[in-house]
Amino acid sequence: MTDRRVYLDHAATTRLLPAAAQAWAAAAAQVGNPSSLHTSGRRARRLVEESRESIAEDLGVRPSEVVFTSGGTEADNLAVKGFAWLGDPLGRQGSRRRILASPIEHHAVLDAVLWLQEQGQPVEWIPVDALGRVDLDYLQQHLDSDVALCTVMWANNEVGTVQPVADIAAACREAGVPFHSDAVQALGALPLDLTLPGLTSVALSGHKIGAPVGVGALILDRDAALVPLQHGGGQEREVRSGTVDAASIAAFAVAVHEAVTEQVVSAAHMAMLRDRLIEGITGLAPDAVVNGDLVDRLPGNVHVTFPGCEGDALLMLLDAAGVECSTGSACTSGIPEPSHVLIAMGVDPRTARGSLRFSLSRNSTDADVDRVLEVLPAVLDRAARASSPRLRSRV
Amino acid sequence: MRVIAALSGGVDSAVAAARAIDAGHEVVGVHLALARVPGAGTGSRGCCSPADARDARRVADVLDIPYYVWDVSEEFSAEVIDDFVAEYDQGHTPHPCLRCNESIKFSVVLERARALGFDAVCTGHYARLVEGPEGRELHRAFDAAKDQSPVLSVLDADQLAGALFPLGESTKGEVRAEAAARGLRVADKPDSHDICFIPDGDTRGFLQQRLGDRPGDLVDVATGEVVGQHEGTYGFTIGQRRGLDLRVPTEAGDRRYVVDIDAASHRVYIGAHELLAVRRIDAERPRWCGPPPTEDLLGQIQFRAHAAPVDARVVVDGDRVSAHLAEAVHGVALGQALVMYAGSRVVGSATISGRAG
Repeated sequence: MTDRRVYLDHAATTRLLPAAAQAWAAAAAQVGNPSSLHTSGRRARRLVEESRESIAEDLGVRPSEVVFTSGGTEADNLAVKGFAWLGDPLGRQGSRRRILASPIEHHAVLDAVLWLQEQGQPVEWIPVDALGRVDLDYLQQHLDSDVALCTVMWANNEVGTVQPVADIAAACREAGVPFHSDAVQALGALPLDLTLPGLTSVALSGHKIGAPVGVGALILDRDAALVPLQHGGGQEREVRSGTVDAASIAAFAVAVHEAVTEQVVSAAHMAMLRDRLIEGITGLAPDAVVNGDLVDRLPGNVHVTFPGCEGDALLMLLDAAGVECSTGSACTSGIPEPSHVLIAMGVDPRTARGSLRFSLSRNSTDADVDRVLEVLPAVLDRAARASSPRLRSRV
Repeated sequence: MRVIAALSGGVDSAVAAARAIDAGHEVVGVHLALARVPGAGTGSRGCCSPADARDARRVADVLDIPYYVWDVSEEFSAEVIDDFVAEYDQGHTPHPCLRCNESIKFSVVLERARALGFDAVCTGHYARLVEGPEGRELHRAFDAAKDQSPVLSVLDADQLAGALFPLGESTKGEVRAEAAARGLRVADKPDSHDICFIPDGDTRGFLQQRLGDRPGDLVDVATGEVVGQHEGTYGFTIGQRRGLDLRVPTEAGDRRYVVDIDAASHRVYIGAHELLAVRRIDAERPRWCGPPPTEDLLGQIQFRAHAAPVDARVVVDGDRVSAHLAEAVHGVALGQALVMYAGSRVVGSATISGRAG
């Protein structure tokens, strides 16, 4: 094994920013619950509120619209279940019950919707095309006053396709339907207009942009109401209870500021490396298929299917060669699953298993890309031989 | 060597992997997803997160080796579970662990490991590999109580060449103590005994789901009299005494045993213990752990896990094997393995297809 590690899995998590770490350490050294009325409590509260104002300013929203959560998953669950439950307060006929969701959502949305479906809530899945873009016509035709919630992510975490969020928001607005979008991968990578008419809520996560794990936010329209997931002190606008983590929130504010102010420069840098990597890979492996939209795409996303290879074999061989990436989809026990995103895009499940996601950050370098392209030929060769002949014969 | 350590999540495979590392091998841990048990997981994922996979991952973390899950559930289902059900369907009593070692661990997994640039698959089986004059030999473990050479008796020379069994010279107690000393918290896990793809242990229920109810008669083999009913021949194995649910005792008041199963007529024959006595065992589909024998083998045979070995002369005729036993044995079930030994060395094994008194 080589000592040099090339980390190209920034969509999973990325390095803590030094400035965020400093902000965290400074705040964590102080005692004080932001809800307490004494001096220490007030200091903590001030830090939380200043962080909230800073984030609101960076994102172009009102401070009261920033609801801190434990991360992206909680923000997604709060929005999906919160709107669904609000739309169906008594389960009556004629109340808002239907949920419109894309089938390529992150598990934090997808599994929440599936759970609601199991509970008896009707769900309609908005089809996506071969590039992973939702079908706007279908969406518009199925939006009506009985829809509790429409949820479509800003940009897909696996294949990188950016969704027509403004169009979806406009359609939802016209139908009077709450629209939630998971923007965890988009923050810092794309220009985010959170003031779009019709956009009701947006989920954000700290650790994807250099804040610590364990903090995130739901940006929730000030006029929107939802049913809380957890009940208690009602610290966050009465929709989210639990003592707020002042230190992590301070670090989150630092990371959001950097993500937003550096977005244009980082995106250009990442897109340049992304295109080099894509070009290099398709040059080395002419049968490789780049998944997702090549134009409306996250600047740091390279998602490729290598026919005849299994993703987990590729991952293992790359790891041994010092390159860290992802198959894009694995369950908690590590059993490789064909990606639900690729399946929804119409990719054959067998083919879908041979996929890899490389995700870049603004600190990724040309040398990182060079290293991937250097080790890839041997890895592909080996993985093709390791692909189970029994499985192949059954295709 | 570069070694894939199969980590089950249990203590044996953990210590085996640790010893492989100590021996200087470059070790990568792999947990095999054999059977997919739906349920525990949430929502969109088709898999569960079994506790064993977590334990295996923890072992790899403690040993500081890479860890992966290899999904061989399709192959396992086709090679092991389907065979298991088909054998019971015919009134046989299969041994799925042998099939798994033959067709999965030292076939699919070993082939994949080799293709990925590894030399061997390391497991926590209690058995020894000895370099002999005619190549590598498989031998019984030193710990007779734990000896797992019977379930490995299906491995041929090429498979043995890609195997690593670091526990063959240890006792289970030593391995547990070593696991504790190494800080492997799995040291206290109980041994697994059951069939891994039937976690609730209800083999009959598992087979009932796949083969359906097949009611039939319990027939007294001596009188031809129908003495009871059963739900399916797959619930029985030769030599079984419990669970016959017979209300009518024999005239002499003797215990009665399953002495024969005829899956075609759905009949289970019962009779006295002496009817189980067997002096010759016929078997087919032999697997040789090295060069096939060129003449009759004067050695020992074993027909059940942890049964005492019996002296025998084994006649090999192409794809057929007949073992002539020095003393009678009882409870020989079709479908089980006839494992052949020369002292501690495993010569090979074959699937029992017939028996005679």
